[in-house]
Amino acid sequence: MTFVSILYGLLFWAATLILIGGVAMKIRQYWNTPAPLKIPTTPAPVTQGGVVWRMFREVVFFQSLFRSNKTLWLFAFLFHISLWLVLIRHTRYFMEMGAVLTFLQPFGKYAGFTMVLGLAGLWARRFLVDRVRYISAPSDHLMLALLIAIGGSGLLMTFVTHTDVTQVKAFFGGLLTFGFFGDAGGLPADPIVLVHLLLVALLMIIFPISKLMHAPGIFFSPTRNQVDNPREKRHVSGWALELERQGKNYLDELKK
Amino acid sequence: MADYEVPKLTGEGYCEIPAVREGVMESKGPFIAKPDFQKALHFPNDFDAAGSLVPNWKERALDKMADLKGRYRSLQVFLDICVKCGACTDKCHYFIGTSDAKNMPVARQDLLRKVYRRYFTFAGKYFPKLVGATDLTEEVLADWYNYYHQCSQCRRCSVFCPYGIDTAEISMAAREILDHVGYGQKYCNEIIGKVFKIGNNLGLPGPALFDTVEGLEEDVEMDTGIKVRFPLDEDGAEVLLVTPSADFFAEPHIDGLIGYAKVFHETGVTWTMSTIASEAGNFGMFIGSYETMRRVSLRVREAAIKHKVKRIVFGECGHAWRVAYSFLNTLAGPFDFLDQRYPVPQHILEFTWSQIQAGNLQIDKTENDDKVLTFHDSCNVARGSRMGDYPGGQFDIPRHVIRAVCNNFVDMPADTIHDATFCCGGGGGLLTDDLMEIRVKGIQPRAEALKHVTTHNGVTHMAAICAICKSQFTKVLPYYGFTMDQIVSVHQLVSNALVLQRQVSVQARPDDEDGDED
Ligand code: SF4
Ligand code: SF4
Repeated sequence: MTFVSILYGLLFWAATLILIGGVAMKIRQYWNTPAPLKIPTTPAPVTQGGVVWRMFREVVFFQSLFRSNKTLWLFAFLFHISLWLVLIRHTRYFMEMGAVLTFLQPFGKYAGFTMVLGLAGLWARRFLVDRVRYISAPSDHLMLALLIAIGGSGLLMTFVTHTDVTQVKAFFGGLLTFGFFGDAGGLPADPIVLVHLLLVALLMIIFPISKLMHAPGIFFSPTRNQVDNPREKRHVSGWALELERQGKNYLDELKK
Repeated sequence: MADYEVPKLTGEGYCEIPAVREGVMESKGPFIAKPDFQKALHFPNDFDAAGSLVPNWKERALDKMADLKGRYRSLQVFLDICVKCGACTDKCHYFIGTSDAKNMPVARQDLLRKVYRRYFTFAGKYFPKLVGATDLTEEVLADWYNYYHQCSQCRRCSVFCPYGIDTAEISMAAREILDHVGYGQKYCNEIIGKVFKIGNNLGLPGPALFDTVEGLEEDVEMDTGIKVRFPLDEDGAEVLLVTPSADFFAEPHIDGLIGYAKVFHETGVTWTMSTIASEAGNFGMFIGSYETMRRVSLRVREAAIKHKVKRIVFGECGHAWRVAYSFLNTLAGPFDFLDQRYPVPQHILEFTWSQIQAGNLQIDKTENDDKVLTFHDSCNVARGSRMGDYPGGQFDIPRHVIRAVCNNFVDMPADTIHDATFCCGGGGGLLTDDLMEIRVKGIQPRAEALKHVTTHNGVTHMAAICAICKSQFTKVLPYYGFTMDQIVSVHQLVSNALVLQRQVSVQARPDDEDGDED
């Protein structure tokens, strides 16, 4: 077992914990924050089932984005759908391949290109469209650079310098049993693999503190996830109910 | 007419997306509220004069921000998840009309988000430059005050954002924070003070209202030969009508009020207005204050109980309808003492449309043949509330009613109506003379769409169902070559076409326990 393998093993453990813990903390925060008023952007569904369907269209097809800007939609959709395919392909490093996974492998392989293409389009907008240039912070650029670097290094491994996939798989399999301390198989000493993995770990670490939270966050967006039924069903938050209960007008008058 | 440029219309129906410019609309913002006004609204008032700040303003602003983000999921989530994709950047009528960079919805949000990041996020605390976080300074507060009062909270941006991020929610939060450090807006806060003290936005006391309705009864009788009643403060009526106070005296609002009265008269449903709730508008929403909004709403409940009505119906007002439809049950409910066969509350258009459908109204459409109509969907109705029992009913019902009473109707271009409607430019507490420039520039997209149908389809009039829209249009559209009388109330059209059959209005019967008429 090499020093690098131990380092990467620790890194991935840390990154995974930060990702899961951080996102869980944020989700808990969103969950616990009341939504005191019904604010769905209408025309909004009047049933819970309708809300699920609306959310599905937003999350899978980016419906609102399609209405707003076709070019942006194209790049964003290309990137995200490719990302999914690539992620599915990566499951082979963690689990046995079933028929479905095997079938999807080639798609995942070439989706790497469309993913980088989509990202490049998104990044180009940040320079070419003056409005988008104005609203971009350095982190917005860096995020795209990071994703492109991850995609690019991944493509290099797939199509240029092949890596020992079995060994990578053994390494990640070993991680689950803290194998990086034993001899479950180390990482191939391949600089591109190391760069790729380092960037992925970085992405995982910044996920909970960055705008990447849009992924879980969209499910909590009240304008999209609320049922439009305020006349039929009274909707009151805890703190508002407390105002009512104590017969007070203002929060600072509440006996806590 | 003005010392700034009024945008030019092409009549082609769409506006060019302007190149971003910085600082075009930099200004001090609207007039600031004096400590007295703040006091009436229970906001901090320990500052000397309008324009000065409370002591420890910085901590108090940040405390308020922490409080709000803990109480409003919308705020917390919206501050976190914007990806700066820019999809909303060309969707705001104020950006289109002014080209000021900070009038792009995401840039407007960022004014607050930058401070949020600086004090409440890991990335902003340790890498402020990287993520564009900034300290809270007096300049930042000034920018908030200025640019959050260049947002009419119309929510057009929220329709087009992939996550539904609603800049109106951010504007409201920003205004609430500003109210807590001494930068309240004079126009809104003075008006809310009047509601608390006198009962309506315009400060019309009870006797003045009685005078007005008496005058209206005479006018209608002269006009039609029939005595149509305008009941005020009458107990035992079936319906409590809550309508914007502008309906009592401004043009063309008042023609709408005459329309409601005629409809009630014809259907024989007893009704009353109330001096307690002589205002449908609820400016509490504009300043983002739940507590204020609730206090204003509770008057409607009080009036309904006092007058022993069975139903509540709201008149033509956009944000009033949003607060009524979406929030009234929350703020002032439950309304279990009302007749549960009807939704609480109902919109006057829902009422009129159901009566038209039931065949209870005799209509002579030719009375409106001198006009070709188009319809302006008000933001708060289109994007914040509903009519009828299915999504999108708020687009259909007003159009159904207009078509039922007029022969000529044309819609404006599709990307400027329904939920993509463009704001009149005067909503959200911007309907004040000290904000004239933004009002004139912000109406550009709506004016452009209107110009398109006047040029190509011979449209002569635009109907609206919001008191603010009507006031803004009559005042600002003339800058673009339209005339004031091209703006009409929907119920004004109903009023024109309605053939009165009944000779006398039905009176409320205060001692009748089940005075149900239908
Ligand atoms: S559309 Fe939504 S996510 Fe995109 S920049 Fe605007 S607010 Fe942010
Ligand atoms: S709510 Fe309306 S006025 Fe405010 S930023 Fe969005 S589009 Fe502009």
